[in-house]
Amino acid sequence: MDKKISVKVCLGTTCFVMGSSNLQELIEMVPKKYGDRVEVSGVPCLGLCSIDWEFSKAPYVKVDDDVIKEATVEKVLKAIDEKLK
Amino acid sequence: MAMNTSTPKETSHLKREILVRLIKAYLSDNFEENTRLIPYAMRPKNSDVPNYRCCIFKERAILRDRAIAGLGFSIEDTDDSVLLSELANKAEKREVPDEHPLTVLTTACKGCVPSRIYVTDLCQGCVARPCVNTCKFGAISIQNGKSVIDPEKCKNCGMCVQVCPYQAIQKIIVPCESACPVGAIAKDENGHAKIDFDKCISCGKCASACPFGAVHEKSQIIDVLKNIKAGKKTIAMVAPAMFGQLPCKPQQLKEAILKLGFADVYEVAQGADVTTKTEAAEFEERLMKGAEFMTTSCCAGYNELVDKHIPEMKPFRSDTKTPMYYTAEIVKRENPDAVTVFFSPCVAKKREALQNPNVDYVLNYEEIGAWMIALGVQVAECDESEFKTQASAEGRNYCVTGGVAKAVQTLLPEEIPAHPVIIDGLTKQTVRDLKKYAKNGMCELGNLIEVMACTGGCLGGNSTVNAFKPALKQVTNYVNESKSIKEQID
Ligand code: SF4
Ligand code: SF4
Ligand code: FES
Repeated sequence: MDKKISVKVCLGTTCFVMGSSNLQELIEMVPKKYGDRVEVSGVPCLGLCSIDWEFSKAPYVKVDDDVIKEATVEKVLKAIDEKLK
Repeated sequence: MAMNTSTPKETSHLKREILVRLIKAYLSDNFEENTRLIPYAMRPKNSDVPNYRCCIFKERAILRDRAIAGLGFSIEDTDDSVLLSELANKAEKREVPDEHPLTVLTTACKGCVPSRIYVTDLCQGCVARPCVNTCKFGAISIQNGKSVIDPEKCKNCGMCVQVCPYQAIQKIIVPCESACPVGAIAKDENGHAKIDFDKCISCGKCASACPFGAVHEKSQIIDVLKNIKAGKKTIAMVAPAMFGQLPCKPQQLKEAILKLGFADVYEVAQGADVTTKTEAAEFEERLMKGAEFMTTSCCAGYNELVDKHIPEMKPFRSDTKTPMYYTAEIVKRENPDAVTVFFSPCVAKKREALQNPNVDYVLNYEEIGAWMIALGVQVAECDESEFKTQASAEGRNYCVTGGVAKAVQTLLPEEIPAHPVIIDGLTKQTVRDLKKYAKNGMCELGNLIEVMACTGGCLGGNSTVNAFKPALKQVTNYVNESKSIKEQID
């Protein structure tokens, strides 16, 4: 079996306020949808928000090494589907 | 439970981004100029324009309007020719916040069609034509095999919508109009939503409902920043719902707030404990005197509803003051020189604060969140700091629907049984119910009516940051590790 896909939802303060509060549902939804092919967790500040003015692109989610800016549930699910293809 | 009460995500992202930029501008060495530049920084030359707007200039004009609200001014009353830099200057000089905390960005309103009845493509031009036959106003005719509504004759009664066997006729709703429990917001002749402030109870439901984010709160953030910068002893009074908003422990949240420059942090749950004790005693006394029922009085939106729309409810509403009232009284007694700032989940508290000389300013949770972003405070990395006065479990649970009635019940003697009725959110229907109870002088469902303007209680407030479910979980954890109010009595 291939390596698991890892999804890291940033729950640092910047991302949380800018919208990852609404991404917390991914943490329940992803295992239900993809079983153990995908590993999902909420993580502390990924360090992306403090670079220059990058707070405005928060919330951030990392799918493996790819960074998703202004992440939404839909964007993250799409990125996972792409990887699983 | 219908729990999706938060503002659509994209517009709250915009509103919060503007707040962060305003705060950063204020803390920079050139507040006025950096404020003027906000729309340009957000939409630089050649940047993409979202497909719902015509061009970059329109887009910037709208961002400018949003920044006006962030500076605490009315968008409607501000002349187009005034520069944001002038407004920034004015905001810094302002002594008292505006009387009404809401303002509508009408330029964003344009895309929203006025409420009307509309025949969709699903119309089959059927032989039965129940729509034509049902319409009492003769507004429907069949043209080219399809039914057509004459807008001059249509009275928006919706009968045709109900009888069409294909569900081909729909009522187009205006989100803000349909969300408002008291009919205080409507589109005017120009298609722009307008709030009638004589009717408005500041519940904030229109702000949450508008998909264009057109309804804004006038922020008091600049006023608070100014006081802190001037070295005034500024004290935060944090309403219980705040403890569900950011991913950290309550004690870390206190530390994070101190980092913003506040001198001290009080829990409003401390004032809620006074409310509970006073209200339980009042309920007992009223019942002994034969009262049929009593309603709670802690929700600012509900209080404004009674004052403006259901005066006949006044005798049944508890005379006990709100948790904010008692907390502010304690804070000012202990710190007569302090500037007090209430941290609120909703816009209604801004109105209540205007009537209370002990509360100087109100900030909502979006504004606090934006402030933390601007300063780069990571709450989960903060140390822990204990509150000097520990509030009870019941007080900390005030922000959850049912929590207030439950707290009062805890303190009632056995021979005074309370039968709580929970009004979980004001809607046109629940407003009708309340009017009925007031008119009849009784409520067949119980004798202690708890009214929360927001669905879910304060955790469903219009300017909360966290989603409802995780916020509830976090607050419940805090409640579970707290002591019961009974222990304060014994
Ligand atoms: S919902 Fe109301 S405020 Fe929002 S765009 Fe439509 S009319 Fe304007
Ligand atoms: S704040 Fe509430 S009462 Fe006022 S216009 Fe909006 S929905 Fe209506
Ligand atoms: S909070 Fe998410 S990257 Fe910093």
